[in-house]
Amino acid sequence: MSAVLFFIAAIGAIAGAIGVVMLRNSFYSVLSLVCHLVSLAALFLLLRAEFVAAAQVIVYAGAVMVLYVFVVAYVGGGEEIPTRSGLRLLGPLLALALAVELCVALLGTALKGISGKGAPYLPGFGTPEHIGKLFLTKYLFPFEVASLLLLVAAIGAIVLARRRRGLEPDEELEARYHPPLPSWVGSMAEAGGLTHFEETPGRQEPPPSPESPARPETEPIGSQS
Amino acid sequence: MTATTFGWLVLLCPLLGTVVIGLGYSRLPGRTPGWIATAAIGLSFACAIVMLIALLHRGENHRELTSSLWNYASSVGVDAKLQILVDPLSVFMVLVVSGVSTLIHLYSISYMTSDRGYSRYFAYLNFFVFSMLLLLLAGNFLLLIVGWAFVGAASYLLISFWYRRTTATRAGIKAFVINVVGDVGLVLGTFFIFTHTGTLDFLHTFAAAPHVFHRDSTDLVVGCLLLLVGAFAKSAQVPLHTWLPDAMEGPTPVSALIHAATMVTAGVYLIARMHPLFELAPTAADVGAVGGCLTLLMAGTIGLAVTDIKRVIAYSTMSQIGYMIMGVSAGAYSGALFLLMAHAFFKALLFMAAGSLIGAMAGNQSLDRMSGFRRALPFTFGCFVIGGMALSGLPPFSGWFSKDDILAYLNHRGGGFEIMGIAGYIGAILTAIYTFRMIFRAFLGDPCPEAKELAEGHLAHAEAPTNPQTGEVEDTDVGFPGPEHHIAEREWPMKIAMGTLALLATVGGFLQIPGVDDAIRNFLAPTFAGSRLAAAAPTTGADWIGLVIGGAIAVVGVAVAYRIWVLAPGTATVIRERFAPLYQLFVNKWYFDELIDFTIVRPALWFGQVAETVLDRTLVGDVITGGTVGVVGAVSAAVRRAQTGFLRYYVALMLLGISGVVIYFLISS
Amino acid sequence: MAIGWYLVVSALIFSIGAAGVLVRRSPLVILLCLELMLNAANLALVAFSRMWGGEDGQVFALIVMVIAACEVTVGLGLIVAMHRRQLPIDVDDLRELQG
Repeated sequence: MSAVLFFIAAIGAIAGAIGVVMLRNSFYSVLSLVCHLVSLAALFLLLRAEFVAAAQVIVYAGAVMVLYVFVVAYVGGGEEIPTRSGLRLLGPLLALALAVELCVALLGTALKGISGKGAPYLPGFGTPEHIGKLFLTKYLFPFEVASLLLLVAAIGAIVLARRRRGLEPDEELEARYHPPLPSWVGSMAEAGGLTHFEETPGRQEPPPSPESPARPETEPIGSQS
Repeated sequence: MTATTFGWLVLLCPLLGTVVIGLGYSRLPGRTPGWIATAAIGLSFACAIVMLIALLHRGENHRELTSSLWNYASSVGVDAKLQILVDPLSVFMVLVVSGVSTLIHLYSISYMTSDRGYSRYFAYLNFFVFSMLLLLLAGNFLLLIVGWAFVGAASYLLISFWYRRTTATRAGIKAFVINVVGDVGLVLGTFFIFTHTGTLDFLHTFAAAPHVFHRDSTDLVVGCLLLLVGAFAKSAQVPLHTWLPDAMEGPTPVSALIHAATMVTAGVYLIARMHPLFELAPTAADVGAVGGCLTLLMAGTIGLAVTDIKRVIAYSTMSQIGYMIMGVSAGAYSGALFLLMAHAFFKALLFMAAGSLIGAMAGNQSLDRMSGFRRALPFTFGCFVIGGMALSGLPPFSGWFSKDDILAYLNHRGGGFEIMGIAGYIGAILTAIYTFRMIFRAFLGDPCPEAKELAEGHLAHAEAPTNPQTGEVEDTDVGFPGPEHHIAEREWPMKIAMGTLALLATVGGFLQIPGVDDAIRNFLAPTFAGSRLAAAAPTTGADWIGLVIGGAIAVVGVAVAYRIWVLAPGTATVIRERFAPLYQLFVNKWYFDELIDFTIVRPALWFGQVAETVLDRTLVGDVITGGTVGVVGAVSAAVRRAQTGFLRYYVALMLLGISGVVIYFLISS
Repeated sequence: MAIGWYLVVSALIFSIGAAGVLVRRSPLVILLCLELMLNAANLALVAFSRMWGGEDGQVFALIVMVIAACEVTVGLGLIVAMHRRQLPIDVDDLRELQG
């Protein structure tokens, strides 16, 4: 019975993963990942990790993926132009090589435990009670650091994504984003004597905003791009 | 206190003088630096006299004293010590040098007044005297070389004293370069000798020499020849003599001190000090004697032709040193040193008098413009005459006794040396002729305009100060001579100094009258005790015959000069035209400057240019430096291409790396 | 099922995620593939924790989840900022850090 469940969940997870990679529309990729996460939660349950499975569904599939959905909605999926031929073959090839290696490494080793079903089951294994006890005794420090990390990430996200206040004149904005460099400083490209950075072919022009087509740098209040 | 303590004091006084004047140069008012300097050297002379007395108190066999203050390096097998040697030879030289230096300092006090570089002058002069005394008192090769080099440096500083004059700085460089050639010879010669004897100490070297070297062994001959290179460079003998006439660019007292009485005699001292080595290497000694002989003849001929008064005296110095070198190489040690002493007296006197004469001429030095100063400058005239008579070897002045002492010895030794002796007599005639040429031209005859002005009591002034050699106009600020000129008749320090020297030049000869008293020879006997050559002295009778011949020759020379320049004034021009090529040869100093320029200076310049363009710019600049830079740049450019900026390439590389590592670990396990 | 099966699944998911990072051009999807890889690691951790019988692996997996959340936050903030500046949302075009 558990074998059947295992295979269903495994196939769901792998299908979700393949879907993330192969689907063109990024919104569909996000949804595919949600499916993958739920399957993974099922796998966790099969491994008797109840709390982790719950956390996976609530936190991961619930919060993180919602965040993704918001951003995709804001940014827009966009049609993707197919990859340049360089990595199109090499990428999957490398991944295949990696998969083979990992399997060989995992299965071909002398790990004796993987052929069994695991240690004998203790009652309360995987329950929040046990995990909580571990968090507050043995792994207290990582617990606290992780919370600090969350704080830092939140602040970082706010700083990165905030809107600049008000309407600033062009030059100041220009200077803030592209400050004039002193003559002795330059990017590595300039220092190395390579040609000045040019517009690469195929670069998408920023969509002209309806209000001010001539000033693409400024942000009219209230407009979305 | 022992003799050696006073020896150290002799060295200390001028050093203190230099330091005091050098440090306080801007604070000492007026002529104080001059008085300090003179007092320092005077004190040194007093210590030298005490040193002499202390030495004489000891028995004859105990007169070679060494004293060492510091041992530099006893571990390398080199006995490098700060050591002086007090023995009759060094005491004699120190007395001469410090005595004459005191008088010259006294002279300079008034001569250099109004020169903006007054303190600098006395600091340098004291430093020079210190270096010379160090050279003389050195007890081992190390200090000798140190003193030798210092003396060369001091000579450079003093020759280019008026450093804004291009001619002076060029002359200073020329002197220094030739002196450095001599330094190299000295050091290499020391090395050749040291490799066999294993010691730098003089007394030990001389004791070991007969055991380590056999007669005329190659290393010893080479070593002595190299020492001769050093001696010839310092004493301005052919072929390293071209610096001495140019060194007359320095102030006249400098010429008097360095280029007459002291520095140029260092070569003579060197050969006298190294006499045990030279006696073991007769080849080298013969080379020395021949060199001295050639010099004295050549310099004598040039002295007949040049017209700059200081250069005439310079060539006479060269000639007299030639006598001394010839004598000291041949074995006439006491005679040569006697001439050294007498020469110091009368040559310094001549230079001082020349300085006074040049002062009266407002800085002009050309004999062509001087005449008839006899009434205007009586004291200077008297000094010139006394100095001239001593130089020519007229009896009973000091030059007569000393020069003919050497020539008698040479004739006594026979063989090739007898020929050199005859050459010496020829040189004596030339000496008398050019000396009195100078005196008759400058002092007799109709007074020139400057003499007339002076006879009326007014010292002549030139409209604008000029360089005596090139005639270009200068100013009188620091780096050029001062605006005032001084003559002996008006300055009492100059008078005292010149008068003392005139007295010494007159009576100095009486120290060594053959058969009557041999003061110098007896005093120097302990130093030359082991020398066979010194022992083979001519008899008193031979000495007196030589003296008579010499005196007669001198009188003949003076008479010839009188005939040419006083009795029949146009004769000189007639002779010059008749022997024009010979005259050209003499006036152009036997073309030695041109020869050296052609053989040494031009190839060196050419090599320098080649080195700059080919070696420096092309090889080092373009190939080595540029090549390295180019290679590094190219390699970096190639490596830089891996930084494409593509995120996914970076990830791919990372994955590739991880796969590689995992494969490696899989395989190796 | 034997633990080995879970590990195989984990390896497969990891490599699929790696392939996705290499192949896709939108930074958003690349972040999603990074999530895949992190999840694969989580699965392996939980599987091993089951094998050993201690919950340490699960604690580790929870921490990984926290980190993934932080990383997603910041990454998405970056993407929003890029969009604000009207920069192309394409990793191949954002390559000024080159040379």
